[in-house]
Amino acid sequence: MNTSVTFRVNGHSTTVSAEADRSLLSVLRGELGLTGAKYGCGIGACGACTVLVGGRAVRACRATLASVADQDVMTVEGLAAGGQLHPLQQAFIDHGALQCGYCTPGMLLAAHALLHEQPHPSRQAIVAALEPHLCRCGAHQRILDAVEAVARPAGGVP
Amino acid sequence: MSAVRDELSRRRFLQLAGGGIAVLVTLEAGWLAAQDHGGLYPSDFNAYLLIGADGRVTVYSGKIEMGQGVMTSLAQMAAEELSVDVASIDMVLGDTDRCPTDMGTFGSLTTRMFGPALRAAAADARSVLLALAAERLGVPKERLIANRGVITVSGAESRRVSYGELSKGQHIVRTVGEAAVLKAAKDFEVMGRSLPRIDARDKVTGAAKFTADVRLPGLQYAAILRPPAHGATLRHVDTSAAARLPGVTLVQRDDLVAVLHADPDAAAAALERVGADWTTAEATVDTERVAEHLQAVAQPKESTRRGDLDVARARATRLFESTYRKGYVAHAPIETHAALAQWSGGRMTVWASTQTPFPTRDRIAKTLGLDPKDVRVVTPYVGGGFGGKSADRQAIEAARLAQITGKPVQVAFSRAEEFFYDAFDPAAVVTLASGLDRDGRIAFWDYCVYGAGERGTAHVYDVPALRIRSAGAMSYDPSVPAPRVHPFAVGPWRAPGANMNVYAAESQIDLMAAAAGVDPVEFRLRHVTDPRMRATLQAAAAAFGWRPAPGPSGRGFGVACSTDAGSYVATMAEVAVDAESGQVRVKRIVCAQDMGVVVNPDGARMQIEGGLTMGLGYTLAEELQFRGGEILDRNFDTYHLPRCSWVPRIEAVLVANDAVPPQGGGEPAITTTGAVIANAVHDATSARILRLPMTPERVLAAMAARRARKSPA
Repeated sequence: MNTSVTFRVNGHSTTVSAEADRSLLSVLRGELGLTGAKYGCGIGACGACTVLVGGRAVRACRATLASVADQDVMTVEGLAAGGQLHPLQQAFIDHGALQCGYCTPGMLLAAHALLHEQPHPSRQAIVAALEPHLCRCGAHQRILDAVEAVARPAGGVP
Repeated sequence: MSAVRDELSRRRFLQLAGGGIAVLVTLEAGWLAAQDHGGLYPSDFNAYLLIGADGRVTVYSGKIEMGQGVMTSLAQMAAEELSVDVASIDMVLGDTDRCPTDMGTFGSLTTRMFGPALRAAAADARSVLLALAAERLGVPKERLIANRGVITVSGAESRRVSYGELSKGQHIVRTVGEAAVLKAAKDFEVMGRSLPRIDARDKVTGAAKFTADVRLPGLQYAAILRPPAHGATLRHVDTSAAARLPGVTLVQRDDLVAVLHADPDAAAAALERVGADWTTAEATVDTERVAEHLQAVAQPKESTRRGDLDVARARATRLFESTYRKGYVAHAPIETHAALAQWSGGRMTVWASTQTPFPTRDRIAKTLGLDPKDVRVVTPYVGGGFGGKSADRQAIEAARLAQITGKPVQVAFSRAEEFFYDAFDPAAVVTLASGLDRDGRIAFWDYCVYGAGERGTAHVYDVPALRIRSAGAMSYDPSVPAPRVHPFAVGPWRAPGANMNVYAAESQIDLMAAAAGVDPVEFRLRHVTDPRMRATLQAAAAAFGWRPAPGPSGRGFGVACSTDAGSYVATMAEVAVDAESGQVRVKRIVCAQDMGVVVNPDGARMQIEGGLTMGLGYTLAEELQFRGGEILDRNFDTYHLPRCSWVPRIEAVLVANDAVPPQGGGEPAITTTGAVIANAVHDATSARILRLPMTPERVLAAMAARRARKSPA
């Protein structure tokens, strides 16, 4: 039984007609062609599918289409406004905070959500925010450094 | 055979290229062949480089980018020898129609093996361009300077011509066979610099396409019936309920039962409606019983013997006998295996997350009964491989389904499938007997590894008598009747086997250093003459601030070293062990590595940090739970990878050594992780860790065993 759900994705209003309990991840990657959000585990245990809903980090594999009705959804494709990289994106490049790049969109959006709530988090707060996100290449140290550089540009690296 | 294929490929390449200056490289030349230890590289030409009329340089390589940074480092090598900017280079990787034959991306061979060939091609192209420029500008070659894609006359810089102008209208194909003159490290302008990764921007914007991101019109997502355990046989299957669902295409062909749907969630839901009865064999081995099993079924074969072991053993004044073990470890790349196949006009095109595009093409061709030239494998960005994406079941399945249905089909493993079909890092046992003589020197070394193979057993120490044996190396052959060495597939996992072997050997060295009452770094240096290993150990000690003390010192300091993939590595770590919980906290790691000429220092450091971080997994937590052929870990809720809070400050030190060509960088550091942490735990607690991963329970048990031995009977 299809329902029409209207929401905004990366600032653009969109209406998707699909089953209400379809996963947000499937809709984003399928109908909307936004493949930046990745499948990693399907149970919300790896963070690769993380997107922002109303500014908060949400696991798109566990969220339903119906749950984002009238909401603002942002994917990694929406981070660089007008082609200008977001400071987090630039910091990831500058710090070499990625290898295979598969967990990167989720990491970036989780960091974005953290800085939205808490503009100058401590190192421990950054660790806590990214703890649920898996990275198999072992880029953790550089990911933390990159987020910290944006959160506290004056330094303060322990 | 090879000559025929060469000729075909050359002809096709010329047609595709359209024009310009193309360079091929052959490994027949002695200096390149000499680097091909063990004949790992194909004997036909293995590098293409094309300079187009627009001045852009395209590098074609059958290697793939899975995070290790070769897209960038290969571009740097080509740019260096060609004297162009990295920005003017386009990389085409892992496309079997467009790239030269390659056996796969593994073994830290890209830089060591493909690197010299590519550099030779680039150096040759540069010399062709200089010759063309000499003709065009009417001056001898010696008066010309090539810089950033432009050739100028020395002393008359207005007389110039660009690479693009020189390439225009040319149809030059060169084969580099003789020794090309490569630039010396002291003249490097592009190599040796920490250029940012050229894939970084695409990876932070979401523009980077991985296999499952490729879309084709009419794409069908497949969900495939899987057995509950390896070795299970299908007794009965009922697809009638699934077949009635709207939009479902059902495929049932031999062992392949799949439902296809335009929505992946709907395909997965439809598969749940397929009823299946399976027969599974009784489990005779599981996570706890595997060590005993390996020693029972695998027969040791001797590979190395030096000196008289019996005499040396008799002369030893102190004897040490240990058994080390570890379990199966998953590759667990965050991108699961994915493939997308399109059957069109008698040709099969398969996009696949694979480390082995050419062997995968050949296996697809064989399975489908096609000529390999009618199969094309394209490799988008690979979301982590670590050896695990040498297995290509998903690509073959996608191709079969596309051929059967005529529709484009994606097969992307669920996480449960990824765990189930992983070719795991093998469980292993090492039995080790060694001795010290009365001067506190190592008298003998009698080593036997079960299940993991021999990589990493050739240590760097001077030992007068030595024997190395290996049993059941990496073997998994489902056609062999049970009991097999391994109950399911095992395969290469970042530095295959070496993680186990270095853990065992370096634990034993540490144990002997402690028994001899000698600082563990000093003990190692006393037994190492290789200047590269000595320099690497000393570099690590300097960066760490190692103050000599016999172990266990109570400080929680550990050291371990190894050689792997042509590189030398020495790692030091500091840990704290919670005596109540047994939890090991890694506080700091310093890792020094001599990897010869370093193409991209920051890229090399990334690989060292990444290896050590990944290594924390097999060291502290990762051990596959299984019962017979049944894989009990199916997702990340029970199988735990290293997370941010586990990761200490890691400092990677590159030991300068421009006298040696670039060596492997992705694998060496991880080989030391288990040993360095185990040795640091011993230094902190006096307890020797004999089994990985060192879960808190095992650490507590080791500490209790230590206390029991110390207390009077």
